[in-house]
Amino acid sequence: MSLNLLLVQLLNGAQLGILLFLVAAGLTLVFGVMDFINLAHGVQYMLGAYVAATLGTLLGSFWLGLLLALPVSLLIGLLLEWVVFRHLYRRDHLAQVLATFGVILTVEDAVRAIWGSSPLAVPQPEGFAGGIEIMPGLTYPSFRLAIIAAGLLVALGLWLLVDRTRAGMLVRAGATNAPMVSALGVDIHKLFTLVFGIGAMLAGFAGALAGPVFAVAPGMGDGVLILAFVVIVIGGIGSIRGAFVAAILVGLIDTLGRAMLPDLLRLVMDASSARQTGAALASMLVYIVMAAILFLSPAGLFPVRRG
Amino acid sequence: MTGRARLLLPVLVLAGLAAAPFLGFDTGFAYTLMARAMILGMAALSLSLLVGGAGLVSLGQAAMLGIGAYAVAALDHAGVTNALVVFPAAALLAGLFALVTGAVSLRTSGVHFIMITLAFGQMAFFTASSLSALGGDDGYTLYGRTEWMGTRLLEDRAAFHFILLALLAGTWLLLSALIDSRFGRVLRASRENALRAQAVGFSPFPYRLVAYTVAGAISGLAGALLANATEFVSPATLAWGRSGELLFMVILGGVGQLYGAILGALAIVLLEEWLSHLLNYWRLAFGPLLILSVLFLRNGLAGITAPPRRRRAPPKAAAPKAATLEARADA
Repeated sequence: MSLNLLLVQLLNGAQLGILLFLVAAGLTLVFGVMDFINLAHGVQYMLGAYVAATLGTLLGSFWLGLLLALPVSLLIGLLLEWVVFRHLYRRDHLAQVLATFGVILTVEDAVRAIWGSSPLAVPQPEGFAGGIEIMPGLTYPSFRLAIIAAGLLVALGLWLLVDRTRAGMLVRAGATNAPMVSALGVDIHKLFTLVFGIGAMLAGFAGALAGPVFAVAPGMGDGVLILAFVVIVIGGIGSIRGAFVAAILVGLIDTLGRAMLPDLLRLVMDASSARQTGAALASMLVYIVMAAILFLSPAGLFPVRRG
Repeated sequence: MTGRARLLLPVLVLAGLAAAPFLGFDTGFAYTLMARAMILGMAALSLSLLVGGAGLVSLGQAAMLGIGAYAVAALDHAGVTNALVVFPAAALLAGLFALVTGAVSLRTSGVHFIMITLAFGQMAFFTASSLSALGGDDGYTLYGRTEWMGTRLLEDRAAFHFILLALLAGTWLLLSALIDSRFGRVLRASRENALRAQAVGFSPFPYRLVAYTVAGAISGLAGALLANATEFVSPATLAWGRSGELLFMVILGGVGQLYGAILGALAIVLLEEWLSHLLNYWRLAFGPLLILSVLFLRNGLAGITAPPRRRRAPPKAAAPKAATLEARADA
C-alpha cells in the first residue's frame, strides 16, 4: 500500500469519525445527563439529511439547505421530546428502548411515505465540486475536507460550551449527579431540553453533511446509531472528550481495516479467501475493539466520575 | 406461584394455539405464521430468563439463534439430517458460544453489558456472512427438513405445529421451574442487589453464567427449528435487528412474567402480519402502538391480567438502576 493511499484512507477515516462524533455527542450527553437511552437519535441524523437535501433542491443551494436544516432539526427534536420522550425520563431503560424504537419505526415509515424508499438525489455543494491537491499527485475531494474542518470547529465550539460556560458547567454537573443539581435549585427540565435540542441539532447537522457523500435513504440512521453507541460506550458515557477520541478511533479503525485487512491477509492465504475473510474481519474490527476495551476498562476510556 | 388467575392468560394462549388448526387456521400461511411466532417465542422466553430473571439485558441473543440455524445448515451440507444429532448439536454449539462470550460479557453490567453482547452478536453475524461454503451473504437453502428416525416427520405441517407447541410449553415450564428454584432465587437476588447477594455468600457470576448458557442453548434449539421452518438459513438470522426484535418481544410482553415473552412474540408477529396486509406504510401504525404500550401498559401485556406480585417494574431510582450506578461508581 502506497503512502498516498494510506493518507487518503486516514482522511476518510477522520471524516467518518467526525460524523460519528457529531451524532455521538448528543447521544452521550442525553444518556449521561438524563440517563435516557434514545434509540431514535439516528432518526435525527436521517431527518437532517432529508431536510437539507429537500430544501437544498428547492432553494437551489446546498448551503442554504444545510443552514435551514439546523433549526428544522432542532424543532423536530424538541417536538419529539415534547410528545414522547419527556414521558419516559422517569421510566426504566427497557421502557425507553421499546418506546424510542417505536419512534424509529414511525418516523422511518413516515419518511418512506413522504420521500419514497429509493435514495434521494442530493444537490452537490456549490464551490466544493473538485478536489484539492494535498500532496504532489494526490488530490482529495474538497467537500470531504470541509466536513472534517466543520466537524473540528463544532467539536471546538462544543468543548468551549461545555467546559467554559455556566450552562456547560451545569451539563457536566448533571452528568455527574443530576438529582443533586436539581436539589441545588437548577431547573433540570430546562437543562434537559437544552441538552436534547443541541443533541438533535448536531445529529441533524451530521446528516446534512453526510448527504452528498453517502446515500440519503430511509435506513441510513440505523447503522450510524449502532456505531454511535459503540463510540459513547468506548469513550465513557457522558464524556464529550471521550466521545471525540472514540469517534475518531472508530472511524479510523473501520476505514483502515476495510482498506488494509484484505491485503494483509493475502500474505498468509490465497486471494479469494483473503478478500472474504478480510471483509468480514474488517466489519468486526470495531466490535472486537469495543469488546476488548470494555473487558479491560468496563466504564470506557474516559469514565465520568459519579457521586 | 400464587393465584391461578395469573396463569389464565398463558394457558389460554397455548390452548388457542393448540386449537387453531381445528378452527380453520390450517392453511400453509397460518401454519407458517404460527410456527414463526412459537419459535421466536421460545427464543424470547430464554431471553426473558436473562432480562426478567437475572436482570441481564442482552442485545446478542440472535447470535445463539443464528448459530443453531447454521448448525442445521452445516450438518445438512455434510449430509447429516438426523434430528437426534442435529438438534442437540445446535443447542450445544449455541450454549458453548454463550458460555465463552458470557464469561467475558458478564464482567460488565448495565448498558455496557448490552453493548458487549451486541459486539459478540455482530462478530457472529459477520462470521456467518463470510462462510462461503454455506452461501456467505446469500444464505443456504436446506434440501429438506431434519429427519426423525428416518422419516420426514417435520415436513408434516400439523405434526410440526404440535411439536413446536410442545417445545414452547416445555420451555416455559422448564424455565418457570428454574426461576422458582433455589438457583433462580439466587439469580433474582443478585438482580435486586448484587452486593447483598454477595454479602450472604453468593457470587452472582457463576449463576449468571449458567443462566446465560442455558438461554443460549434454548435459543440455539429455537434457531434449529427456525431453519427447519423456513428451510433456509442466512446471516439475517443473526442481524442485530433480530436481537432487538426478541428484546422488544420480552419488553412488550412484560419483563416481570416469564410467559410475557410468549405473549410479546405472538403479538408482534401477528400484528406485523396483520398491519402489513392492511396498510401500505404499516409501521406508521405499529410504531405508535409500541409507544402507547410503553406509556399505558406499565407491566407489559402480561400485566393486563397479572398485577405485579412484588415490585416487578421498579421505579426509576430503584434496584436495577441503582445497581448500574454502583457499577459505574466502582469503575
